[in-house]
Amino acid sequence: MSIEVVRLSRRFDRTPAVDGVSFRIATGELVALLGPSGSGKSTLLRMIAGLEPPDAGDIRLAGKNVTGESPRERNVGFVFQHYALFSHQTVAENIAFGLNVRKVPKDEIRRRVTELLNLVQLKGLENRYPSQISGGQRQRVAVARALAPRPGVLLLDEPFGALDAKVREDLRRWILELHELTRVTTLFVTHDQHEALEIAHRILVMNRGRIEQEGTPREIFDDPATPFVAGFIGENNLIRADVTEPHVARWGPLRFAVNGHPTGRALRVYFRPNDVSVSASEGAGLVRASIVKTRFRGPSLELLLRLGEDRHIVSHVPRDVALPEGGANESVVYVGIRAFHAYEES
Amino acid sequence: MIANAGNPLTGDPVVFMPEISPGAIGGRGVKLTEPWIVRAGVIGFSAAFMLVFVCVPLTLVFVKAFEKGASAYVAAITEPDALAAVRLTLLTAGIVVPCNTLFGLAASWAIAKFSFRGKSVLTTVIDLPFTVSPVIAGMVFVLLFGIQGWLGTWLDARNVHILFAPAGIILATMFVTFPFVARELIPVMQKQGTDEEQAAVVLGAGLWRTFADVTFPNIKWALLYGVILCNARAMGEFGAVSVVSGHIRGATNTIPLHAEILYNEYRMNAAFAVASLLAFLAVITLVIKKFAEVKVKDELAVRGNHTAGGR
Repeated sequence: MSIEVVRLSRRFDRTPAVDGVSFRIATGELVALLGPSGSGKSTLLRMIAGLEPPDAGDIRLAGKNVTGESPRERNVGFVFQHYALFSHQTVAENIAFGLNVRKVPKDEIRRRVTELLNLVQLKGLENRYPSQISGGQRQRVAVARALAPRPGVLLLDEPFGALDAKVREDLRRWILELHELTRVTTLFVTHDQHEALEIAHRILVMNRGRIEQEGTPREIFDDPATPFVAGFIGENNLIRADVTEPHVARWGPLRFAVNGHPTGRALRVYFRPNDVSVSASEGAGLVRASIVKTRFRGPSLELLLRLGEDRHIVSHVPRDVALPEGGANESVVYVGIRAFHAYEES
Repeated sequence: MIANAGNPLTGDPVVFMPEISPGAIGGRGVKLTEPWIVRAGVIGFSAAFMLVFVCVPLTLVFVKAFEKGASAYVAAITEPDALAAVRLTLLTAGIVVPCNTLFGLAASWAIAKFSFRGKSVLTTVIDLPFTVSPVIAGMVFVLLFGIQGWLGTWLDARNVHILFAPAGIILATMFVTFPFVARELIPVMQKQGTDEEQAAVVLGAGLWRTFADVTFPNIKWALLYGVILCNARAMGEFGAVSVVSGHIRGATNTIPLHAEILYNEYRMNAAFAVASLLAFLAVITLVIKKFAEVKVKDELAVRGNHTAGGR
């Protein structure tokens, strides 16, 4: 079942939460709705499910306009951030709820519940109550419950938001596997870029009720369309450089080759700590810097570098990179920027 | 996202922030170790107060009721006027409690699960019977249904009698007891939020199904608790009922009114025998209340288990 949203808007007390959003998701796609908190992504998801009425615009599921329909009629599966399991029902009863409501015959319900328990790897827990299982297990029950009536669309609202890091990672992989098995059109809301980049076929980046960019994780990461996306996705250095001569913007000793910006303009330049190369010896295009601080971050080192008179940038380098005196403070290194994105100040 | 004076700005705002060790702030538990004499004093005082002002009087009711022996007791509560009072009390509670249960369910459901205009007004108005003296509540009904009242003449012309009739007693009791169920349910429903109901609706459940399978199991003990309190008050209400009843023996006397009449006629043992019925009710109510209270705590905690670490 495809999802199509046309100029959808919703405001709360005059502040627009969702502001004329349009997009289309094809059948079988796995799409992330990524944005900071308050960007309107949950409101958008809830409108698609019918839990929130839009002020304007249309929602089409499988080509059919469902804007005025109640959630009951939309045949969507919805997974809440805080699970929303029925606390007085067992795991099996929770999963069977949507089937019981639809008056599916008893043996078929039994068969489907067993099938889903296997799918979400919770066999043996069917008679437990939600309070007797872990957070990760609860969320898997919630997914099984949503999938039980075979919805055309699966909507997940910050599905891993309430879980700890290790469980989140496991569930991310599991959602991906689950999607490969079921092929149900899936839209999930997240504020966690790693989650979106790792799982989604396509990402819609939202900010202040609008979609800033849509594209594959690679496109979003490598080619951010707006300063917001550049700043939001991945870690970034942000500096203000001036176009001092044709095709060159400068920030202290750093020079950036830019196109299409007239001389005299100020640019916001973003570059990732990963794209700052650091070497112990001089080279063409490299700029002298000194190490202010070194921080160990597991597989890599984080260096705070000073490029003279109060100009600092952050670099992430492999932990085995050759640094003078092992990266001690005030030792001199030579840095280059491998990739950056520049936007004119608005 | 503004780089001042060329400061570094990364996507990770806590880079190079000084670290605060978790033990640095708070973490020191407060132990209450008052001298034993203070503890014994406080506990002893509370217990003694309870004994003198609650337990002893309640026991005396039964002692006085049985003073002349069991047969006198039985005679006092089986005389026709007493039986009529019991019947009227049961009739009143039988009508008032279900009505107020329905009202309480509807009001608390509306307040806790929906947002609408005038919600805060409704929430405040629900408390009105708690803040108004029952006598005033009774007098309001006199004003409405009395012969000089707004509706009184109109109703009287149609041979409908509210005042000095069971209908008035039922109405006055209903007014006085209507907050009990709602008051118990609102906090439980608010605490539980609407997530489960939304989940049920998305799964295709209708309003009734959602209530019966999802909401009701979550609130059933709070509901019982509210119903018990409502019932105890409905049977025991004196002030409002006294104003509208007219004290017609065998017709418009409830148990509390009948007990008062006997008392005024210096028929002490009979008065206490009738009063002991209400005392019995109080004890039973207390036992059920205690049991329901524990379960209500569970209902309030359910949400907490659910979202361990969340919200």
